[in-house]
Amino acid sequence: MTQLLVGTKKGLFVLEGRAGDPFEIAARTFAGEPVEFAMRDPRTGRYFACVTSAFYGPKLYFTDDPAGEWQQAEGPSLPEGGDTKLERLWTVVPGEQEGLLYAGGAPGVLFESRDGGETWQLDDAFWNQPTRPEWSPGAGGMCLHSIATWPGDPSRLALAISAVGVWLTDDGGETWRHGNKNLYPRYMPEEAREDTLTLCVHNMHRAPKRPERLFMQFHGGVYRSDDAGESWASIADGLPSDFGFPLVVDPEDPDSAFVIPLVADLGRTTPDGRVRVYETRDAGATWTERGEGLPAENAYLTILRQAFDREGGGPDMGLYFGATSGDVFGSGDAGKTWFTAASKLPPVHSLRVA
Amino acid sequence: MPVVRLRAPLSELAGGRRELELAGGTVVEVLRALEREHPEVKGWILDERGLIREHVNVFVNRDYGREDTAVGPDDRLHVLPAISGG
Repeated sequence: MTQLLVGTKKGLFVLEGRAGDPFEIAARTFAGEPVEFAMRDPRTGRYFACVTSAFYGPKLYFTDDPAGEWQQAEGPSLPEGGDTKLERLWTVVPGEQEGLLYAGGAPGVLFESRDGGETWQLDDAFWNQPTRPEWSPGAGGMCLHSIATWPGDPSRLALAISAVGVWLTDDGGETWRHGNKNLYPRYMPEEAREDTLTLCVHNMHRAPKRPERLFMQFHGGVYRSDDAGESWASIADGLPSDFGFPLVVDPEDPDSAFVIPLVADLGRTTPDGRVRVYETRDAGATWTERGEGLPAENAYLTILRQAFDREGGGPDMGLYFGATSGDVFGSGDAGKTWFTAASKLPPVHSLRVA
Repeated sequence: MPVVRLRAPLSELAGGRRELELAGGTVVEVLRALEREHPEVKGWILDERGLIREHVNVFVNRDYGREDTAVGPDDRLHVLPAISGG
C-alpha cells in the first residue's frame, strides 16, 4: 500500500492505493486551507503539514495520525518587533541526527528543530546574512524550498532559494557561503549575470549514494554539480524545455534524475499539450521521454516545485506527481508506464510519498 | 473592561470562549492581553511585527479598528476574517 500526502489549495488529501489502480481518499484535513507541503518523517512516522491560512498566516502542524488531531508546532516565526513576517513554509526535511529536522520558508528563512519537530528555532546566522537586504523574491515569494542534507553528516547542508541561489554550510549552519558558480541567469542583463545574487533556483536534490553530486532545476536551465554545490554544469541538452519546477532523483542511482519540463518562460504548462517526464540515467548526458499512460494531447498542465516525489528506488521505484489541474499521476516502474491515481482534486501544491 | 468577541478557529484557541473581558486602552493592547491569557492565539491575529494580519478585520463596536485605535471600557472588539480568499 502506498500513501500519498497531497497538499492542495483546499486542504490536505491523504491518498492510499497500489500502483496501477486509482487511489482512495483515506483522509482530508485542513479543509479549505492552502496546504503548501506535507511529509512524513520516516524515522518516527510523524507527519508534518505546512498550512498558510489566508487569514491567520503560516502555521506548521504535526501528528502521528493524519486522519486524527493535528497539533500546532511551537516556533517557526521571525523575531518579534522586527519589520518582517514569516510569509509561508515551503518544506520540512529530516536531518542527519536523531530528532533533527529543518524547515524552509519565505522570506528565505531556515528553521531547525531538535525535538522531532515540536519546537523550532530560526537559524540566526542565515537570517543575519549581510547581503539579505539585496535579496529578491521570485514570483512565488522568496522561498527556501530545497534543503539537501549530507547522508550521515549533520554539519553539511545545501540550501536553494528562489531567487537567491544556492547556499552551503560545513558547520551545521553557523557560517554560510554561496554555491552559484556557472549558473546562467538569462533573465538578467548580460552585464549583471556574473555577480548577481538574483539566482532563481526552482529545485535541488542531492544524490545520496554520491553526496558530492547535486541536480538542479533552474529558472531556465537544468544543472549538475559534482563538487557538493560549489559549481554547476548545464545538462539541459536533449530536453524539450529547460524550464520547470520539480525534480526527483533515484536514491539507488547517482546518475539519475527526473524532470517535468514546462514551456518557458511565461507559459509554464506541459509542452505541446502533452504530459511527459524526462529521465536521465547518465548524469544528464542524455534524456529519455517517459510518457506512456500520461495525457498525450490537449493537456496543458502545470506541476509545481514540491508536487513530484518517489517511493523506494531502482527499477521498481514509484514516481508520483500532482498538477494544478487536480490530477495525480503515478508510476510503479520508475516512469516506464503511468496511471492516473486521482483526479478532480483542488489544485495540487505538493505531493510526498508518506 | 472591553469585551473581545471571537469566532472559530480563534475561539477554539482561546479555550472555547467566544467572549472575553480583557484590559487595554488600544486595539493592540487588548489583543496582547488576549495572547497573554491564551498563548495559543499568539501569531494568529497579530504577526511578528505586531500588525493585524492583512486578512483579519478588527472592529471596535461597528467601526474598523487599527492597532492604535483607542478602546474604552465599554467597547466591544470583534475579530473577524476579512471578506477575501479564493
